[in-house]
Amino acid sequence: MIKLHNLHKSYPIGKESLHVLKGLDLHIKEGEFVSIMGSSGSGKSTLLNIVGLLDTHDSGDYILNGQRIENLNEKKAAILRNKFLGFVFQSFNLINYKTALENVSLPLYYQGIGRKERQEIALQYLDKVGLKDRANHLPSELSGGEKQRVAIARALVTNPKVVLADEPTGALDSTTSHAVMELLKGINREGMTVFVITHEEDIAAETDRIVRLKDGVIISDERVIKKATV
Amino acid sequence: MFDLDRWIEIFQTLGKNKLRTALSGFTIAFAILLFTLLFGVGNGLKHTFEKQFAGDAQNSVYINPGKTTKPYKGLQSGRRIQFKNEDIKFINEKFEDDIQFFSPNIQRNNVQAIYKGEQNRYTVRGVYPDYLPLESAVMQDGRFISVLDLKRRSKVVAIGRLVEKDLFGNRYALGKNIILDGISYQVIGVFNDPGGDNDERYIYTPFTTAQGMYRNNEDIDNFGFTYNPSLSVDKALKFTNLLTKVLKEKHKVDPRDQAGIRVRNYAEGTKNVQSFMMVLNIIILFIGIGTLIAGVIGISNIMVFIVKERTKELGIRKALGATPKSIIGMIMMESIFVTAIAGYAGLMLGVFALKALGSSLEKYFILNPSVENYVVVGATIILIISGTIAGYIPAKRAASIKPIVALNDE
Repeated sequence: MIKLHNLHKSYPIGKESLHVLKGLDLHIKEGEFVSIMGSSGSGKSTLLNIVGLLDTHDSGDYILNGQRIENLNEKKAAILRNKFLGFVFQSFNLINYKTALENVSLPLYYQGIGRKERQEIALQYLDKVGLKDRANHLPSELSGGEKQRVAIARALVTNPKVVLADEPTGALDSTTSHAVMELLKGINREGMTVFVITHEEDIAAETDRIVRLKDGVIISDERVIKKATV
Repeated sequence: MFDLDRWIEIFQTLGKNKLRTALSGFTIAFAILLFTLLFGVGNGLKHTFEKQFAGDAQNSVYINPGKTTKPYKGLQSGRRIQFKNEDIKFINEKFEDDIQFFSPNIQRNNVQAIYKGEQNRYTVRGVYPDYLPLESAVMQDGRFISVLDLKRRSKVVAIGRLVEKDLFGNRYALGKNIILDGISYQVIGVFNDPGGDNDERYIYTPFTTAQGMYRNNEDIDNFGFTYNPSLSVDKALKFTNLLTKVLKEKHKVDPRDQAGIRVRNYAEGTKNVQSFMMVLNIIILFIGIGTLIAGVIGISNIMVFIVKERTKELGIRKALGATPKSIIGMIMMESIFVTAIAGYAGLMLGVFALKALGSSLEKYFILNPSVENYVVVGATIILIISGTIAGYIPAKRAASIKPIVALNDE
């Protein structure tokens, strides 16, 4: 599903340039539940931004769903994002003047789906994350956990190939974090590829595969041995 | 291409961000309100000037004989010039194409007029039928002197509105007989003259009648004419100069002698008024355009601010699959919508304010302040165009920001 080969990325800082990703090789298959671990500055957010087509890489190959990503203009990137990718952000990134339902249906608006159908689909996904009764609330009227669940519903509403989650539990307490991770696990069980970025060990431990990143290189890539479920 | 969904999206954005919408709307509405008021007041000034110069036909010329002040061709100075009937023929034959209306004039001052015990003294003029348009006068009752009256030397008079009021009170003068210096004339018409009270206290009688009555020879006091209105002011001045020259030649007056034959030409005044009006127009235009530009700059600033404020939201939209084109389209449609609606509101407010204030400004030389329809339409079009430009530049910038940068914007 996601294939990275010798991926490089550097950011110009003044006259200097900061080499953030130093030749990553990574292969994520369909249906995997992967977490990228690393301290801040390890390059994990940069990796997610490139995988999420929010940023471009300098050299190396990136193949998403069999399609080589290079020289993408904004328009093509936007269409690919809309079609293949769903985003969940640390700070939720809900539009504050839109209700939960409107936020969830926004990606469908950009797919050109009619208003009625949009709302029906959005409501289904809100129901899936257990927030059907909150559909007409504004983000300011929701708790942190609820906001993140709305964001997850929004990421799923277009039925993407991959869900990208950037520190999805970073702004949440541990109970809520656990609930959110359970939700992501459930989605993964239904066959969705889920790609989580985190710096918390116990969050990473809930995924199936942990890729550790340090100073722009992958230092380990291992399967999580599941403890016997209690 | 009407996309209901897009409009719903725009209305929602505008409705949910009322302060922002109100602020940008207010800027535009205020600029257009000022524009309309300034334009209206400027037009009011213009109307006042137009009215001030409406006393006589604006293309009229009056020629009066005088006394020479220079000896010429063996003739002494101090000679009195006298126009005769042959001068009428001479001018009309020579300048047939350039003259629109023409009338000689024989004037008798201080004529006693009596009607049934009421009496007063007036100036009586013997004129041609053309004298009516020459004075910009309009018949209120009856008719003016006709060609037939001239031929028959009829004893008929057309009297000013105030003559009727003086002698007849509230009764109609039409058809009645009045006595002028002991001779009875029939009133055939009553006229209004926009030139003011003095012009409405004249009594007009056929030229031939007056000449026979007051002169006993072919003498004429003066004559007036209007030049062909299709002539430009410069051409008209040229024509009257030529006519004066020819006339001076005929009466053996030194071409440099200004007193021998005096020409009162409204074209000269008209020219001054026209250049004054032009300057006034330029000033109004300048102020108007300045106000509009200020408004456009205002709305541009607000749009830049709005886009800045919405950077994060736009980043979210882009992450969710909004193409740059759809972002630009959204911001521009919002901008155009707000400018058009607010601009129109400002315009209407201005028009109504001008209507309401209109008559109370007359003492400040502002008459009937108003804006023409084409100005209203033009300003609205300029607004929509400027709204488009004001929206396009920041929208373009917003669309080109990388989504990741936009998302990190706080």
